[in-house]
Amino acid sequence: MAFPAKKKAAQELPEKVHVWPYLVRLEFLCAIIVILVLTVWSIVIDAPLEEAANPTKTPNPSKAPWYFLGLQDILVYFDPWFAGVIAPTLIIVGLMLIPYLDVNPKGNGYYTFSERKTAICVYTFGFLVLWIALIIMGVFLRGPGWNLFMPWQYWDPHKVVALVNVDLPYAFGIRTYLNASIFGGAVVLGYFGLGTAVYFFMERKAIKNVGFLRMFLKINLFLIMIGIVIKITLRLAFNIKYIWVTPWFNI
Amino acid sequence: MANKSKIPNIAEIMESIKSGKIWKDFTKQVTESQIWTSSFRHGYADTPRNRVLQIASNVWLHLHPVKIHRHALRIKFTWCMGGITFLLFLSTVVTGVILMFYYRPVGEYAYFDMKYLQYDVPFGMLMRNMHRWAAHAMVITVWLHMFRVFLTGSYKPPREFNWVIGVFLVTFTLLLSFTGYLLPWDQLAMWAVTVGTNMARGTPFLGHEGPFQEFVPLISARYDMRSALLGGSLVGPPALLRFYVLHCIFIPLVAGALMIVHFWRIRKDGGISGPL
Repeated sequence: MAFPAKKKAAQELPEKVHVWPYLVRLEFLCAIIVILVLTVWSIVIDAPLEEAANPTKTPNPSKAPWYFLGLQDILVYFDPWFAGVIAPTLIIVGLMLIPYLDVNPKGNGYYTFSERKTAICVYTFGFLVLWIALIIMGVFLRGPGWNLFMPWQYWDPHKVVALVNVDLPYAFGIRTYLNASIFGGAVVLGYFGLGTAVYFFMERKAIKNVGFLRMFLKINLFLIMIGIVIKITLRLAFNIKYIWVTPWFNI
Repeated sequence: MANKSKIPNIAEIMESIKSGKIWKDFTKQVTESQIWTSSFRHGYADTPRNRVLQIASNVWLHLHPVKIHRHALRIKFTWCMGGITFLLFLSTVVTGVILMFYYRPVGEYAYFDMKYLQYDVPFGMLMRNMHRWAAHAMVITVWLHMFRVFLTGSYKPPREFNWVIGVFLVTFTLLLSFTGYLLPWDQLAMWAVTVGTNMARGTPFLGHEGPFQEFVPLISARYDMRSALLGGSLVGPPALLRFYVLHCIFIPLVAGALMIVHFWRIRKDGGISGPL
């Protein structure tokens, strides 16, 4: 009997409340808890300080700060110009473009999965798998030579890993450099071209409302993200090194 | 006999505790005492007008609106991550200023200043720990804040631009943390920054190992994107000074300015997002 009465009382509460005291007291409480946790943490655990910097002594493995280990990990699969420069730039620019590419008016200001399934799936995949999971892998599983070690394995600096990687055109039996370049280019450009074309065909009714540029950027950013996953899979499953080799860059 | 105060019995005391009368009596005694009345000129009456004034006439609190939607109080909705990120930023500013008193960004001194800080400066180790852990925690909370904002669709109109500012702030949080990573000038610092900045070699056109660098004149290991970051071709004393200035002055100023815009836009875009 008490429950319905309570519910009724909640409905009658005004929609807006005073910041003082209702929000300020929450913030104050939250600040106290955070500062307390930070202080205890700082008393209990010391920040690391190794021996003095020595440019002649390279540690193995040399790791970037933990929050960049996702990027360092895709260095296994991509050259530095992509993993270290283009990929971070695309992440930042892509994140900034999200509000302009996502034209779905639903789900503005409340939690919903059913009203924006694609958006939430793509972001969650990028954040939890391509960013957080790769960081966890980089911190705990990457040992000397950036080789993979399970947590119970000894980090053997002399671990030998056979490098049997070949380029994709080579795997398809193409032996000359020029043909390999053409073949690789066709594969990469075909992937983006076909992906874009399929998307535009599937969403052809939306082009008028959403706009060409918006849809083009959306699908190509998505294809790049999925392309990274494809490249990782190709390397791990088929030992493919590069898909496209050119005199200027390799992908 | 009539003037003699009556000694209350247990039942009366219990009743006064239950009804809250005992607290009222106590407050009355304190606030009507000579010490209290001489110290405080007037009381605080909990009226709607005073609640508004508490926010509107306080330089620190007027960052808030005076009224907010009820749902904005719910931790389940906000996760409190934006506020915690700002608090952790303030913690790093305070501890960082203290660390700056003892630290010199010079190749010969930096590492020994760290040792001095840790072993000789009173509370030096604690200040360093708080600075470092707050910085790491800030990276995590800013990611979680961004995740929450995404999940609630809060970047949607009219808040698109504030999301863009937010992405800049995430980037600057990472850059702040990264530039600070070099300052201890130990092996961990030097090689993490070596790995990080080596990426700039691969910058298209501007890195000496990047694609198309052959079309840009004068690009070499000494003069390219990476050496612009490091002030040389390896992580040496010039890089230490550069990162120090970026860490302590340039990035905090830029990030601070962006934070002002970020918070201001929350108000101007109609408060924190919520179901319409």
